[in-house]
Amino acid sequence: MPDLLLELFSEEIPARMQTRAADDLRKAVTDRLVDAGLAYDGARAFVTPRRLALAVQGVPARQPDIREEKKGPRVGAPDSAIAGFLKAAGLKSIGEAKVQPDKKGDFYVATIEKPGRAAIDVIGEILAEVIETFPWPKSMRWGEQSKDAGALNWVRPLHSMIATFGPETEEPDIVPLSVGGIAAGNETRGHRFLSPAPFTVRRLTDYTQKLDKAKVVLDAQRRRDIIHTEARQLAFAQGLELIEDDDLLAEVAGLVEWPVVLMGSFAEQFLRIPEEVIRATIRNNQKCFVLRDAAHAKLVNKFILVSNIEAADGGKAIVAGNERVIRARLSDAKFFYETDLKTRLEDRLPKFKDIVFHEKLGSQWDRIERIERLVGELAPLVDANVEKAKRAARLCKADLLTEVVGEFPELQGTMGRYYAEEQGEDEAVAHAIEDHYKPKGPDDLVPSDPVSIAVALADKLVLLTGFWFHNEKPKGSGDPFALRRAALGVIRLVVQNQIKLPLRDWFGKGLSAYLGAEIFGDDARARDLLSFVVDRLKVQLREQGARHDLVDAVFALEGQDDLLLIVRRVEALGKFLDTEDGKNLLAGTKRAANIIRIEEKKDGRQYTGAPDATLYRQDEEKALAKAIDAAKSEAARAVGNENFEAAMRAMAKLRPHVDAFFDKVTVNVEDKALRENRLKLLNEIRAATRAVADFSKIEG
Amino acid sequence: MADDTPANMRPERSFQGLILALQRYWADRGCVILQPYDMEVGAGTFHPATTLRALGPKPWKAAYVQPSRRPKDGRYGENPNRLQHYYQLQVILKPSPDDLQELYLQSLYAIGIDPKLHDIRFVEDDWESPTLGAWGLGWECWCDGMEVSQFTYFQQVAGIECAPVSGELTYGLERLAMYVQGVENVFDLNFNGREGGEKVTYGDVFLQAEQEYSRHNFEYADTDMLFKQFRMAESACNAYLQAGWAQDDGSGRGRGRHMMALPAYDQCIKASHVFNLLDARGVISVTERQSYILRVRELAKACGQAWLATEGGGTSK
Repeated sequence: MPDLLLELFSEEIPARMQTRAADDLRKAVTDRLVDAGLAYDGARAFVTPRRLALAVQGVPARQPDIREEKKGPRVGAPDSAIAGFLKAAGLKSIGEAKVQPDKKGDFYVATIEKPGRAAIDVIGEILAEVIETFPWPKSMRWGEQSKDAGALNWVRPLHSMIATFGPETEEPDIVPLSVGGIAAGNETRGHRFLSPAPFTVRRLTDYTQKLDKAKVVLDAQRRRDIIHTEARQLAFAQGLELIEDDDLLAEVAGLVEWPVVLMGSFAEQFLRIPEEVIRATIRNNQKCFVLRDAAHAKLVNKFILVSNIEAADGGKAIVAGNERVIRARLSDAKFFYETDLKTRLEDRLPKFKDIVFHEKLGSQWDRIERIERLVGELAPLVDANVEKAKRAARLCKADLLTEVVGEFPELQGTMGRYYAEEQGEDEAVAHAIEDHYKPKGPDDLVPSDPVSIAVALADKLVLLTGFWFHNEKPKGSGDPFALRRAALGVIRLVVQNQIKLPLRDWFGKGLSAYLGAEIFGDDARARDLLSFVVDRLKVQLREQGARHDLVDAVFALEGQDDLLLIVRRVEALGKFLDTEDGKNLLAGTKRAANIIRIEEKKDGRQYTGAPDATLYRQDEEKALAKAIDAAKSEAARAVGNENFEAAMRAMAKLRPHVDAFFDKVTVNVEDKALRENRLKLLNEIRAATRAVADFSKIEG
Repeated sequence: MADDTPANMRPERSFQGLILALQRYWADRGCVILQPYDMEVGAGTFHPATTLRALGPKPWKAAYVQPSRRPKDGRYGENPNRLQHYYQLQVILKPSPDDLQELYLQSLYAIGIDPKLHDIRFVEDDWESPTLGAWGLGWECWCDGMEVSQFTYFQQVAGIECAPVSGELTYGLERLAMYVQGVENVFDLNFNGREGGEKVTYGDVFLQAEQEYSRHNFEYADTDMLFKQFRMAESACNAYLQAGWAQDDGSGRGRGRHMMALPAYDQCIKASHVFNLLDARGVISVTERQSYILRVRELAKACGQAWLATEGGGTSK
């Protein structure tokens, strides 16, 4: 069976888009082949900076023929109906249709034969559609044709296309395909500089071989492997270790068609700059790898670069050029670093008075003062030294005004720590400066040192309350100040460090810092912020596989604003609901609630309030009432001790009594007083379970 | 390079020789060689020969050197690479020719960069100028790890779709010269290609200026005045734009045409530079920054619309 080879040859495709593009191309083409009845044996996509290619093996030469029967009007139907049928079925006269009986009589049936088309024609249409609708993250127009409304959009200008189709044993045909003024052919080019002459290809095997000869490694994984292996070997030969960097490796493999790995060096004096700065400089700016001493795990003054050519001089000029750039970059970085060291962190602070953090929230200075004030109150709660925590809060943003952070924003915090250490700050203070941004995402480490915890919490509380104070909340996907991340940070800090923090009060304190007057936890803004944070908690629990309805069930109880207690209670509730007792009690509670709801609706009144003990007629009623009293007080005691497992165990004791009640006692009896009392008793079940959770919020 | 080039004009020996070689190269490819725009701009793109000429249907090929001011990049002349004033060579070709990459590579060859010896790469760099309401796709062009040019296919300028698309090349001339001359410090560049007593370096020409302007940009630029200037430029731009829309003279002709797109655009350039100075002085916060950028963009967009209603923008008389 024939094979398809496609190559889309363009100007340089951004490295970060390449892998995805190859996947998208393979999927888009093969899905359409299958839809068109062209099942294939295998497909592989390839990508280099200048070409996106696809090989599909074993495609049938023709689509299968399709035979369809189309049912028409009844025999003797009006002429207009017959004419419509003939037209729709493509028949010349009604004589061409068969007559078939049906329950209701005889009907015309047309047999429509759709002969399969030659696959090469179908493929031409499929490829045109795929290319014209290709999902590049960003695409562009170019050249003369760009003034036309229907001009082709591609990631960068597209220059030529190979599209061949044919069996292995024959000279393949060229697929009829023309897109954006480019007609498909069988010609391509090799490496831009090393082998620019055009050549023709037949199919995947000679395509890859000829490309190899023309200094193009088609397979991205192979380019990666070459770079990785050679880089490690070069390092090893000098007793060094490559600092592994998968993202960089993938990116660099997407920047070259013919990887040539070389090593360069820089002056040792630059090693006095912090390692993070050297690495950021060399990696971000130059896309080179850094190396360390295998014995001491220290960064060394060497780097690995990946060139795209085999140069006539063995790469001397290339290494020299890269060394010169890196030297310039590092002397920049060194200059920045040394300049930064001349100013103490606290001396930078007054400048913050002139820097607006947010038009409604005032200057950065104001923000730092708020953090400092709040941290003073928070510190004792997390066993942090108050003075150290306040010092760290005062200095935590100062590195934003340094040159190095201006250059590499991702080093904020890290540089603050270096500068703090250099100016002789306490170790806990220095670390809190670095760690107060954490956790930055769901996978980031959560600080565990008390001073760091205090500053990290205060920073996030000040941020959240500030925006809530001015009613500036994230909307949809718009969250420019990363408030969701801050909320998640609060959650992770509190839960992982087991900190008990009545959040509403703390939100009140945070809000007060903006108003300048006291705001309490029952303020609407504090309550709203709490529900925002609880929503984040739900999202987080759901992502961890926990049930978010349990969070609702717990949060629906009055006064739940301690995340740690909420989480613990949710855990206990989850475990309880996994037991037989839990499941049955939930079912019983729901049943009780349903009955009450129906009867309340019917009667237009509510059945709340204590039942009358003198009206209990059956033993099951008395037993249930007693069990409810016992469970309520036992659970309340356990909850008071924050022992939620015990509270759940207390609830479990209700279960047999609830079951027995439903078994033996009829609620809807003639005697009105009796019926009312029994409904009230049912309501007591619901009320009792509220000691641990609002069962009505639990799904299932 | 032709062998008859005198030594002092060789691109690898002389900063001015390099500039002239590039200008010659692009002149040979049909570009008009313009002189720098006579206003302070942050980049060659701001020159009306790029910003405005990129709009509308008319073909256009131009190349020019543009002194570019980046107040924030001043380093008091102490940094070997950073300058608050430097030169860009800007090439704009509309519509973008199919062999633009090839043309670019040949221009490097013309200044002595042999692609068989050096590692030349096109590294993704989507260009965006928030102040100009412009964006395009393209690359940074690297030579042995050094960014020597920007290569952009303009998609939108002044908020208007480019039809047809222009190709824009921007050469960072000092960096390129440092590379071909093999010097580490920009101030050591040989400016005139002479030796001994006749040699003039980049430092001779510009070091004092770097020191003085850094002082000015970071410490002394009068911020009250600049805030005022920003507002003045903004309102002048709007006033000229409004006044420029041709009045209906009764004949039905002239209507829908604009008579003062260029002077209005000068004020937009002015506002943009004043904003850059204020930014360097550190008196604009992150959030305010955004709103200033938006204000300049609004001016740029309005100027672009006005330009489309001129002859240069494709509206016939």
